[in-house]
Amino acid sequence: MADTVQFDLVSPERRLTSGPVNQVLIPGAEGDMVAMPDHAPVITNLRPGILRIEGPDGEDEYVVTGGFAEISANGISVLAEWSLHRGDVTQEHYDKMLQDARDAYEKAQVTFKNEPGLVDDAAKVLADMVAMGDHINLDPAIGKS
Amino acid sequence: MPNLKDLKNRIASVKSTRKITKAMQMVAAAKLRRAQDAAESSRPYTERFNAVMAGLSASVGDSESAPRLLAGTGSDQTHLLVVMTAERGLCGGFNGNIAKLAKSHADKLLAEGKTVKIITVGKKGRDALRRGYSELLTDHVDLTDVKHIGYDDAKSIADDLLARFDDGQFDVATIFYSQFENVVSQIPTAQQIIPASYEAKEDEQDAGGTLYDYEPDEQAILADLLPRGVATQIFSALLENAASEQGARMSAMDNATRNAGEMIDKLTIQYNRTRQAVITNELIEIISGAEAL
Repeated sequence: MADTVQFDLVSPERRLTSGPVNQVLIPGAEGDMVAMPDHAPVITNLRPGILRIEGPDGEDEYVVTGGFAEISANGISVLAEWSLHRGDVTQEHYDKMLQDARDAYEKAQVTFKNEPGLVDDAAKVLADMVAMGDHINLDPAIGKS
Repeated sequence: MPNLKDLKNRIASVKSTRKITKAMQMVAAAKLRRAQDAAESSRPYTERFNAVMAGLSASVGDSESAPRLLAGTGSDQTHLLVVMTAERGLCGGFNGNIAKLAKSHADKLLAEGKTVKIITVGKKGRDALRRGYSELLTDHVDLTDVKHIGYDDAKSIADDLLARFDDGQFDVATIFYSQFENVVSQIPTAQQIIPASYEAKEDEQDAGGTLYDYEPDEQAILADLLPRGVATQIFSALLENAASEQGARMSAMDNATRNAGEMIDKLTIQYNRTRQAVITNELIEIISGAEAL
């Protein structure tokens, strides 16, 4: 298990973490995937979820809401639209994210009546958000209308 | 001959102006460092993003099913100019230069018979474009209350643009902002963001060299990433603009401080001369009075 790969997690506002890791659990749009050293080059979308890093110094978890991950021979980079260390996410952050997802879902139901695919996408984002809240012990009930 | 008291007041007032400009220069220097840090820390994301987009759009861009955000609507009749300036003045030619570039661009498009719409971000740009272009101004984004530009600010502008684009309100969108070169030079720049054009940089050989697997597939990823790309480009433009504004203000205030110093020197010499002249005059009067006796 001495094998490591360079990993970068960046959001538009800053670089959250950078360094060698043993493996990364990436919440891909099509399902979770674990990237280890010498993974085949892949680009995938992210869904809202938990990104778990296992490095030489132990495990670490970050919350991401969307973006994409690029796995190449040079390393793994995750470009998250919004990301924060799991311990720094408060109920307040989560409420806002959940509210945004809910609003987007309600809007999608009205505007994309004839395109069920887009409504389903919005519903999935919302479901992912709720599942993520369960996972990090934040209450998804608040703000529910 | 100017009055001694007037001169003294004048010197005092220039001195206090110099204090103000000096303080503004130092504030701008501190803010500049922060703005530069912000621009610096957003760079890894932007660079990575553009590299991936370059690879993606190269493989999908030519196909007929390319998304409209990449391929365009097929016409270029209606142009939307997004003019980003500062909320405050007193920063030299910063706002003026951006407005001038936007104006010449608008004039050129109007001369070609295109329809031009303008959205302004920042109060100063709106003020400058109101004269002569008021019928083109369609909207204004107010960032007066925003102390530190966050990705959310850029995203809300981008969402607004995308909604207008989906609505068919324009075909081509161009953003105008100032690229931060260094403290003394900021380059007003026009950048087309819709339809997007991502070009691989020369030093990014791996962008085309690596064959990626795409999950779910290239089309879906591109459709997801293109709207983000608009937000990313607006975000980096806003950050560049913030750094440029502080840089421009810093050098403008530095000049103002120096000019005030020169003026104080000049006025002090004039004051001393006048005072001496008054003394000499008095002496002459006393002496000639004594001689007359």
